[in-house]
Amino acid sequence: MTNLSVLIPIALCLGALGLVGFLWALRSGQFEDMDGAAERILIDDEEDQSVKK
Amino acid sequence: MSCCAPVAEGALAASERPIVTTEELRLASRPLGNGVMQVELAVPNVHCGGCIHTVESNLNKLDGVVSSRVNLSTKRVTIKWRENNPPAVIETLVSIGYPPHLFEDEGGKDKVLSELLWATGVAGFAASNIMLLSVSVWSGAEASTRDLFHWISALIAIPALAYAGRIFFRSAWSALRRGRTNMDVPISIGVALAYALSLYETVHSGAHAYFDASVSLLFFLLIGRTLDHVMRNRARVAVNGLARLAPRGATVLGEDGSRDYLPLNEIQPGMTLAIAAGERIPVDGVVLDGATDIDCSMATGESAPQTAAPGTDIRAGMLNLTHPITMKATAAAKDSFLAEMVRLMEAAESGRAGYRRLADRASAAYAPVVHLTAFLTMIAWVVASGDWHRSITIAIAVLIITCPCALGLAVPMVQVVAARRLFENGVMAKDGSAMERLANIDTAVFDKTGTLTVGDARLINRDEIGDDAMRLAAALAAWSNHPRSRVITAAKPEDHETIAFSDIEEQAGYGVQAKLDGATYRLGRASWALGREGAEGTVLARDGELLASFRFEDRLRQDTVEALQALQSRGIRVEIMSGDNEANVATIARKLGISTYRAGVLPGDKAKHMADLAAEGRKVLMVGDGLNDAPALAAAYVSMAPATAADVGRNAADFVFLHESMTAIPFTHQIAQRSGKLIRQNFAIAIAYNLIAVPIAVLGYVTPLIAAVAMSGSSIIVVANALRLLASNWKVIQPSTSATRPAHKLQEAL
Repeated sequence: MTNLSVLIPIALCLGALGLVGFLWALRSGQFEDMDGAAERILIDDEEDQSVKK
Repeated sequence: MSCCAPVAEGALAASERPIVTTEELRLASRPLGNGVMQVELAVPNVHCGGCIHTVESNLNKLDGVVSSRVNLSTKRVTIKWRENNPPAVIETLVSIGYPPHLFEDEGGKDKVLSELLWATGVAGFAASNIMLLSVSVWSGAEASTRDLFHWISALIAIPALAYAGRIFFRSAWSALRRGRTNMDVPISIGVALAYALSLYETVHSGAHAYFDASVSLLFFLLIGRTLDHVMRNRARVAVNGLARLAPRGATVLGEDGSRDYLPLNEIQPGMTLAIAAGERIPVDGVVLDGATDIDCSMATGESAPQTAAPGTDIRAGMLNLTHPITMKATAAAKDSFLAEMVRLMEAAESGRAGYRRLADRASAAYAPVVHLTAFLTMIAWVVASGDWHRSITIAIAVLIITCPCALGLAVPMVQVVAARRLFENGVMAKDGSAMERLANIDTAVFDKTGTLTVGDARLINRDEIGDDAMRLAAALAAWSNHPRSRVITAAKPEDHETIAFSDIEEQAGYGVQAKLDGATYRLGRASWALGREGAEGTVLARDGELLASFRFEDRLRQDTVEALQALQSRGIRVEIMSGDNEANVATIARKLGISTYRAGVLPGDKAKHMADLAAEGRKVLMVGDGLNDAPALAAAYVSMAPATAADVGRNAADFVFLHESMTAIPFTHQIAQRSGKLIRQNFAIAIAYNLIAVPIAVLGYVTPLIAAVAMSGSSIIVVANALRLLASNWKVIQPSTSATRPAHKLQEAL
């Protein structure tokens, strides 16, 4: 029983962490350009870095 | 890397139109404070990572640009710029091959989407954790551990249900309040009762709790809803991203000679406006000064350009082709032709018979049966055993097991997959129910100008004209912007002989005149070129003597014949309805082998004809592009418009197709029919599932484990069945590959 009282809160916390992470990503606009995100990784950085936020 | 963005062709049509002016850019921007302005432009030609880089690096190099960021999904670029230093954004984008244009701003972020995503996230968290606890309960946890797990599950489920479930509760409540039922009613009842029963069991240390079933049901349904919303939103954004045909404003000439660019809604009757060649008329008015040719095809459906001279009435939406003019506004934008069309559209829409969606009709039949079954089960158990607690538990188990999870996913999943398939082929479906309606049509009515035929005419007697005459005509025509002149220029013989005309002048509404070796050459209207009243057609003349005459014909949209044949072979009656004159419409109808046609139809009568056909019991697909078609598009049972259509027409239509090829129409129809079939299959699967599960539930053998397995199983089968629409092993009329090729050529040329 004691191991349960440790493991269950840990499991729930990890789950909640995942949820918070998802909501944070959502709020910071990371799902707004799914196609663009996939392509941007392929763009080479140049000295005049163009991607400013 | 996919380099054939479905939006590319719509953009091409746009690139022929006047691009955005700096004044329009300023009007479309919004201040961010500190003198920084932000504007969002549609750049439909952006289609890969390379494009992102080219656009962003070129824009950021400009003086006055604070930052720029491309959104590849929506094909838009957001630019922040300094107010006191407007950068040459438009020119830069055009020069690197990404002509931008402004679009209708839908006003901020999509609230519904973020609400759905949040709800899905919360439901997903709750479902996975509760399921984890449930697995240990199912595998035989001892009583005290089971109770603990039930309590934890209950605590997780409360907020999840309240937060994620409110989308369903709200919709169910609003339907019930209006005395109707929809799919959300049985879902809400099932979920709420499952929770209530489980809570009761938990408090009394019962063995069975259904928290997992109620939350994972919500999770599955929310995934379906979110996908449905994302797909429809994508289509809507793509349609919004198409070039606006209506101008944002106009150059107003003051009495003191000043020129001010004013937004459309500030233009008052009585103002004098300057309209450059290539601009659209912003409001209804009268020509004051200058003569020009006007393209009325968007407003009236007439294919041949009309002549306008001082005193001619012109209407909003017409296109000034050849010469700058000044006009006097006679109506404000809100009273202009365009606004009149919007009013007709609203009237037509209110008269449209309400279509009840398949899912709602299914649930209206399903819910009473299920609820009655649960009620009868309870009565039967009370009579048989006299145990109220057991009877109610079994009755609720019946409701939980019949909660229409599969049924709730049956329709949206198929429509999501269908919309995706259409999207890939350049057809935007704006509404799921439109697909259901399209599958039922028995009549298709086509507009002529701009729909069956495309803007540019075709020279049909090139063979009869000698090379010498053709060379002369082409050299003269090169001095004119008239669409027919461009056709003549394009038809010149393949050599590089140049002819040096002198004293070249273009006379608006008549043609081009020039001198060569002492003789006067005229190309244009026959009565003017030959100096004879009553002569008709387009001719080339030397000192009034006929050298060649040119005959034109509207060019048919690509694959029109095949597309109409495909529709007719499916038993759909095809009609033409146009605002153009009898002769032109009859020619096209004869050519396409269509016996039913109407010519010279006014916009209001087009909508009325739709209502008449509906009264006859016909289900009509209307395909049209002009302003004058907009009321009919709104009145029809279901409607389609090409990407080149007028803004209001595009917004009124249920489907917008981006490619030139007409095969988009039979293709969409086929997808719609195929979706209808899959939806019916899904309903059959859901019913079959119930036929097996309900007897088990009625007899009282359902445990939470059986409920969870049965419900997830049926949902997965339904989703898998919907995905079959993506399989390519069934025969389709795909828009032919040649349809996309010209676009690529042009794109390379840009």
